[in-house]
Amino acid sequence: MIFEVFRQEKKGAAFAHAGSVSAPTAEFAEAFAREQYGRRQESVALWVVPRGEIHAVTDFADELNKTYHRVDGYSLKAKLKEARERAGTAVDR
Amino acid sequence: MRSATKLHPNDRSVGGARVTDQEFLEYVQAGGQVETTDWMPDDYRAKLIKFIEMHGNSELMGVLPEREWILRAPTLQRKLALTAKVQDEVGHSQLIYRVVEDLGKPREQCLADLISGKSKFHNVFHYPTKTWGDVGVIAWLVDAAAIISQKALLKCSYAPYARIMKKICWEESFHILHGRDVILTLMNGTDEQRELVQEALNRWWGPLMQFHGNPIAKDEDPMYVWRIKSQGNEEARQQFLDGYVPQIWELGLTVPDPKLGKNDDGVWEYGEPDWDELKHVVTGHGPKTQERLEFRRRFLEQEAWVRSVVLAEAA
Repeated sequence: MIFEVFRQEKKGAAFAHAGSVSAPTAEFAEAFAREQYGRRQESVALWVVPRGEIHAVTDFADELNKTYHRVDGYSLKAKLKEARERAGTAVDR
Repeated sequence: MRSATKLHPNDRSVGGARVTDQEFLEYVQAGGQVETTDWMPDDYRAKLIKFIEMHGNSELMGVLPEREWILRAPTLQRKLALTAKVQDEVGHSQLIYRVVEDLGKPREQCLADLISGKSKFHNVFHYPTKTWGDVGVIAWLVDAAAIISQKALLKCSYAPYARIMKKICWEESFHILHGRDVILTLMNGTDEQRELVQEALNRWWGPLMQFHGNPIAKDEDPMYVWRIKSQGNEEARQQFLDGYVPQIWELGLTVPDPKLGKNDDGVWEYGEPDWDELKHVVTGHGPKTQERLEFRRRFLEQEAWVRSVVLAEAA
């Protein structure tokens, strides 16, 4: 069986995928994961997950161009310039 | 919903887009990365397996020259360091065989092909370790040469391989310090100890110069064309010479190549490496090839019962 291993580098950090181990049982997988990803104190915690339990989602189409919920959807520079000119507060730079 | 367990799709899709063989090639040449769940041309998959499997074999066989010195290490500290290093390298081979396995070749098959002599491992692991000086030269210079190759794999077009290289390079950086420490200790010791290092360097220089392979133009090297490697053989050798020859010289050691020197344009000149020896050695005719393969064969057989017991329990 293949187990995917996620490791946390320090307390409070996000778990990140580290790699995978091949093991006959969860118990062996834990032992192998400890040796591969924790023997130099490089991790404070591991998640050892059977590969089949992971559901991968990889299709993120943006057909509707939904820029309104992202920061790149708001280009304020030109509008601000116009507003300042209207208010008479524009400064020449 | 798509599951990560669906490997080797047949839909010509890479990162969600349909591609032709030519578009795939252009994609990797432009720095694009490929995942296990992406479609890939058969030739790309075959080249990946061949390259990565040989790397895995080399990690596994590469521990044997050093293993021979665990019982003879001069101090307890050296013995522990050597043991830790051997564990690291075997761990690397496990990680690397995992990548090969996800590409479609099971680990059992990799091991079977290794011990039958069908697949290869790096030239430097076919030679004996005569003295503790050899252990130092291996740990310093062979590892240095290997790190240059491995760092170039951090940008491999096959992302799962590139990702494990990060961990491998991180561990190798400790190995090279250990090697340098062994050499510096010997060089600061007696004349006899300095002589051990010089003799070992004389023995290893030839294999070291062969290590990065013949100077094939990188655009003709299929491993570069597919961006499995990110640099050519000669580029890697030049990087090795540039980084390490000055370090060898500053210790008062002599490199056994009268033609070795750096041109005004920064390129290193050197005596032609013995390419026939390289070919002879990696095809199974090195001084220690058969003995070390026999060692692997013996242990694979000897521990077979452990695998069968564990697998039967797990079933």
